[in-house]
Amino acid sequence: MSKPVLCLVILALGMAAYLLATLRARRLSGGKLATLHSRLSYYGAYAALSAVVPTLALVVGWSIAEPVFLKSAVHSLLPADLLGRPKSELAMIDSAIGTVAQGLRLAPAADLAKALADKAPLTELFSAQGIAMGAEPEAYQIAVAQQLNRWTDLSRWSLTLAALALALLGGVFALLSIRPTLRARNSVERVMLAGLMAASTVAILTTVGIIASMLFETIHFFQLVPAKDYFLSLVWDPRFSAAGATGGSTAGQFGLIPLLWGTAYISLVALIVAVPVGLMAALYLSEYASSGLRTVVKPALELLAGIPTIVYGLFALISFGPTLRDLGASIGVPVSASSVLTAGIVMGIMLIPFVSSLSDDVINAVPQTLREGSLGLGATRSETIKLVVLPAALPGVIGAVLLAASRAIGETMIVVLAAGIAANITANPLQPVTTMTVKIVSQLTGDLEFNSPQTLVAFALGLTLFCITLVLNIYALSVVRRFREHYE
Amino acid sequence: MTDVTAEHAPERTAARSAFDAAAMAARVAKRRAAEWRFQAYGIAAISFGLFCVLMLFGVIISKGLPAFWQSAIQLDVALDPAVVDAAGARSHDDLMAADYESLIRAALYKKLGIAPEDAAKTALADDLVSSGADVDVRQLVLDNHAVIGTTQRIWLLTHDTVDAVLKGAIDRKVPESNRQIKDQQLAWVDQLVADGAIKSGFNWGLFTRGASSKPETAGLGVAAIGSFFMMLTVLLVAVPLGVAAAIYLEEFAPKNRWTDLIEVNISNLAAVPSIVFGLLGLAILINFVGLPRSASLVGGLVLALMTLPTVIIAARAAITAVPPSIRQAALGIGASKMQSIFHHVLPLAMPGILTGTIIGLAKALGETAPLLMIGMVAFVVDYPKTPMDPATALPVQIYMCRRRRSEALLSARPAPPWCCCCSCWR
Repeated sequence: MSKPVLCLVILALGMAAYLLATLRARRLSGGKLATLHSRLSYYGAYAALSAVVPTLALVVGWSIAEPVFLKSAVHSLLPADLLGRPKSELAMIDSAIGTVAQGLRLAPAADLAKALADKAPLTELFSAQGIAMGAEPEAYQIAVAQQLNRWTDLSRWSLTLAALALALLGGVFALLSIRPTLRARNSVERVMLAGLMAASTVAILTTVGIIASMLFETIHFFQLVPAKDYFLSLVWDPRFSAAGATGGSTAGQFGLIPLLWGTAYISLVALIVAVPVGLMAALYLSEYASSGLRTVVKPALELLAGIPTIVYGLFALISFGPTLRDLGASIGVPVSASSVLTAGIVMGIMLIPFVSSLSDDVINAVPQTLREGSLGLGATRSETIKLVVLPAALPGVIGAVLLAASRAIGETMIVVLAAGIAANITANPLQPVTTMTVKIVSQLTGDLEFNSPQTLVAFALGLTLFCITLVLNIYALSVVRRFREHYE
Repeated sequence: MTDVTAEHAPERTAARSAFDAAAMAARVAKRRAAEWRFQAYGIAAISFGLFCVLMLFGVIISKGLPAFWQSAIQLDVALDPAVVDAAGARSHDDLMAADYESLIRAALYKKLGIAPEDAAKTALADDLVSSGADVDVRQLVLDNHAVIGTTQRIWLLTHDTVDAVLKGAIDRKVPESNRQIKDQQLAWVDQLVADGAIKSGFNWGLFTRGASSKPETAGLGVAAIGSFFMMLTVLLVAVPLGVAAAIYLEEFAPKNRWTDLIEVNISNLAAVPSIVFGLLGLAILINFVGLPRSASLVGGLVLALMTLPTVIIAARAAITAVPPSIRQAALGIGASKMQSIFHHVLPLAMPGILTGTIIGLAKALGETAPLLMIGMVAFVVDYPKTPMDPATALPVQIYMCRRRRSEALLSARPAPPWCCCCSCWR
């Protein structure tokens, strides 16, 4: 049985166990359900869980262990001289054997037996089944593949038998253990709690996954390129290996600083646009505006947060960039269509609702008594805001700005479409610069080769980006949290 | 707040000693002016924000709207059996391979009244009809073999340049040498429009067709299916996990280091750049687990991980908002804690959870960067049948056709419906 079918059968067994268990519990109660410890459905769920949970665990564990065992078994069959080959070659042999095994399985039995007896080429037979082979399989590969198929069959059958036996055993055991005093609900709830707990650790696992995946590739990258060249070099010129052949050196230079500069510059422009506008809008809406105005304007501003970033990028590319360029041309200033200003301003527009809604929360958290005290002493509203509300809300506002900065640094699609490609270090906002996210995208789209520094550098950039935003986020979130607790 | 008042105490004493009517009036005027200026800044900020909203939507709508209409040309195509099905066997392969383009061209020459031998004119005329039109004719023949041998009056897509002229996107005043459409072609188009043989209709193909290198036959259908599979995956993965995690954290988690770690983690994950999730998908799901590149399942899983914190945060807020009296009442009549939560708290929190889920879904639907990382930029022409087939997504398609002139216009279109669905739930 294939694994999906097996899982369905197990689930069906679980359902059967559920029904049988409820029936049995009802019969044992003798019609007086109140004599049972738990409600009927808990007895059903108890039996179903005993049948399904250990069995599914077995299937999952088996699926993880199976390829590992099969691989080492295949290696034990390979001719001894092949095992000494480098890893990448061994992997090619493994995948070739896998393809042959698949072909042997799919090809019609009669044709196959004939071809094997005549030592006729198998490639054609395989390609008729939609399996492409680069070269005719060698004799040892066929032998190993046949053995592999036998083992795979064996593994599959033993898994099916073991799983069905376990499911039946679990179900029957649970059914037999049902009696009115059985605390079925407590057992079921323990399993549910374990499930809830497991769900809450997914977030941790995601973070661990992010760090682990990028760390491995980054270490790999630093084995090819010294860390000093990455962190301290002022030149970004990765040179795809094919193009590098003409340039003399194929090594490429992976200086982080130009990208860091570009990222910081664009983010700075974005914050210069977003922070004053967002903060002033939030202040006006929470301190001055009538509730009617607020109910209209707030959702309207939040519309900006609902637009996908790719649309902002497109807007910058087809509308804002050219407009800015023409504007510059009309007053005699050469402006690049993909300048720092284009990307920064559009990104700033994107961040306005983010800043304004965060600062709105913060401003509303400032106790009303502070405002009333200030107004009572004769201060005007703006003086109250400037001298009382803002200083009181300052930590929260700083947190909001930092969160916005982390957004700006990690923003991808706007800069991919609207910022430049060349890694310049320039202070001129009318020139193009590029960012880390742009380079991650450009290094990872297209054909990937997972042992070249050109590809691996994307992971190093990703890890750098992750660390920067992590520090910003954790600091900002703790500031905001402390601020809230201060006034609660 | 004692420090704030203390800071300004010296100023105030100075002000009191300098009390006199004229100075006071001046000070009040100054303070009023400051007050007025401050309000003006606020109004300016709000106006700027609203202006941005209007400008963005104006650009999206004005550039996107024309793409919903598309011009078509009416031709009497003679489906000559000798060309369509020379063998007469009506076999599928023969019908697929027939040269429908020559039939369309013949019909076009007849309509325009030019001799098929006039190479200069026929070359110009060929550019009036979309080079993807033969697929439509082929489909007509494949659907109904009886049309072979008859002459069918059908509407076929015009070439992109003709469409652009009719929408006013190409300036007729530009000298012929710099224009994408020649004078002769313009004359034909005008004549055909006057005859009613070129008409503009609603562009249904936009919703059914796939990616194409020809702007007039490009559509969002294939990308929409890819996006649909991804949303389904997000819904099935992120929502149960997110709600379960929220229940645990709100109702069961003991206050200790581990819970703190989880909480910090979740709020941090919500702010991690989306592109990093793409790298995670590439390194773990594709390289390590070995799932196929470009599959919508992988895209969906990556987006689900990205949406998870949003769902958890929204669900926690919704669960906290359920009054404790509900829990106490349930516990008081003998329900277990689990029963009180699943039977009473969760149903009451459901609307809030749903809102958060929809915001998260809308965010995931518009997300592009992580999908670029896992190779969903493939040029996919066929409809994906399962989540494991190569697929693409709506925002990725915008990214892919960004460089082509008219498709850049085309592609702003998916935006308005998204914006609406995002904003009305906020």
